[in-house]
Amino acid sequence: MEWFRKVKEGLISQKKKEIPDGLWTKCEGCGEIIYMKELEKDFWVCKSCGFHFKLKSRDYINILLDKGNLEEYDKNLTSADPLKFKDSKRYPDRVKNSKKKTGLSDAVITGIGKINRMEVSFGVMDFGFIGGSMGSVVGEKVARAIERSAERKIPLVIVSCSGGARMQEGILSLMQMAKTSALLARLSDLRIPYISVLTNPTTAGVMASYASLGDVIIAEPKALLGFAGPRVIQQTIGQKLPEGFQSSEFFLEHGFLDVIAERKDLKRIISLMLEYLS
Amino acid sequence: MNGQFLDFERPVIELERKIKDMKDFAKDKNVEISREIEALEETLKKLQKDVYSNLSPWQRVQLARHPQRPHSLDYINLMTTDFVELHGDRAFADDKAVVGGFAKLDGEPVVIIGQEKGKDTKQKLFRNFGMMHPEGYRKALRLMLLSAKFDKAIIILIDTPGAYPGIGAEERGQAEAIAKNLKEMSRIPVPIIINIVGEGASGGALGIGVGDKIFMLENSWYSVISPEGCASILWRDVSKSPQAAEALKLTAPHLLEIGVIDKIIPEPLGGAHRDYLKQAQILKEEILFALKELKGLSKEQLLEKRIEKFRKMGQFIEEI
Repeated sequence: MEWFRKVKEGLISQKKKEIPDGLWTKCEGCGEIIYMKELEKDFWVCKSCGFHFKLKSRDYINILLDKGNLEEYDKNLTSADPLKFKDSKRYPDRVKNSKKKTGLSDAVITGIGKINRMEVSFGVMDFGFIGGSMGSVVGEKVARAIERSAERKIPLVIVSCSGGARMQEGILSLMQMAKTSALLARLSDLRIPYISVLTNPTTAGVMASYASLGDVIIAEPKALLGFAGPRVIQQTIGQKLPEGFQSSEFFLEHGFLDVIAERKDLKRIISLMLEYLS
Repeated sequence: MNGQFLDFERPVIELERKIKDMKDFAKDKNVEISREIEALEETLKKLQKDVYSNLSPWQRVQLARHPQRPHSLDYINLMTTDFVELHGDRAFADDKAVVGGFAKLDGEPVVIIGQEKGKDTKQKLFRNFGMMHPEGYRKALRLMLLSAKFDKAIIILIDTPGAYPGIGAEERGQAEAIAKNLKEMSRIPVPIIINIVGEGASGGALGIGVGDKIFMLENSWYSVISPEGCASILWRDVSKSPQAAEALKLTAPHLLEIGVIDKIIPEPLGGAHRDYLKQAQILKEEILFALKELKGLSKEQLLEKRIEKFRKMGQFIEEI
């Protein structure tokens, strides 16, 4: 549920300059001014410090799938409002705004694509859509992606980026964790490979379900990964968190990651693992 | 709240005390005031009905956390015999926030696992307030797999304010431990009956919450986040927790309506804490009844139905 708390308050003004139309941008990691065309060529990774800029789901499709080509499924699934939820905004308005802002129908895109000519059932989450949170639509689309993988006997690849379960759909969001995990148990019984890719950030309900259940788990460097949000932990224990806590490197150190892969190597490593697991 | 009863319980408790005092007085002094007492008892009945038949979600949350509410160990002691507690995850530690082991339910061996909060301050600290670490989820899974190996049904009691958010919990993979339980519990080939007896907070509850039947006590709650967590995130104000409890629709009737639980287990008037034994008997009977039904299924049918149950959960619109 961490997605609502903005972690990097000091960076908001820089963020405005981020991707849209400017020719130059400033690296969030080291402050270096970078030529946008150059940055794009480098997979949105800063050459001087290795900082991985946050990507949209479409960008991952371009980076990982052959010719950036995804045959999208279930685009027509959209949120209901089971709780008639309202905080500062009505939930349906929040969804509508996110749709307008991102051009997406919810926080995950799913479909069939190819990674170095190997057909895969593919899913990629988008943090721009209500913090990449998982409600019924995300759960259902991921569930169907798992089922497509089982039916066609093709590997499953999911790129996660999420603050967790979507509060505005209450308990039904929580149940998506059980739903997707149960289907992954079935997929695993069929001995079909599942590669989970973790990007910044992947936490809470998504981390505690399908993101953690890959046969192989790969993360981008320096992503925030964990169960509870850092602020909640800090409040609970009343002391400062150690440097690098809940990063990809921390996850690897403690045995919960197979590989940390820089963005430029991501496709090659996924592709190799698919070859080994087939 | 004064640690013994909740604010909205006060008029009921006070009237009960008054009736008791009058009865004692009548007995001591040997005076005849039975008519007055009867009248007061009538008033009490009416008052109880007024207070308890229209509880708000927030009041139910408070009842679920009542200082005197029965916890998992109470249910284990009152529902089963010959309980042998089994400890540890065989990897790191024994998590005291969850107890589990073999016991006999109406003579029949089962594995029973429950989150335990503890009653007094010392116990609460010992039990970490019922907040599990990864080793707790792993201990629970170890016992469930043992249960399946020897073909015994599994009874789960849920009562937690959440999985523990701490440094050690993250270092030892809280997310992985919960995810693995969700995956494995979906294919454990013996009947699993989930009972939410108090608080069912988020992934910490769901981490031992996948099964064939999901029961919920009348005054328990089950939600994606605690009302306090929701209030502090969405309204940035914990005092808005009652509104959050309302908005989250975390009570049993709503969860039954949207198909997340199978049945509401009634509580004695005033809540489970008013009559431990009766509550344990009611719950035990429901569990026995469900076990009987589930035993009629083959292992394949059991697992098929379990996956189907969770597969169906969710509400969305499919535009054409």
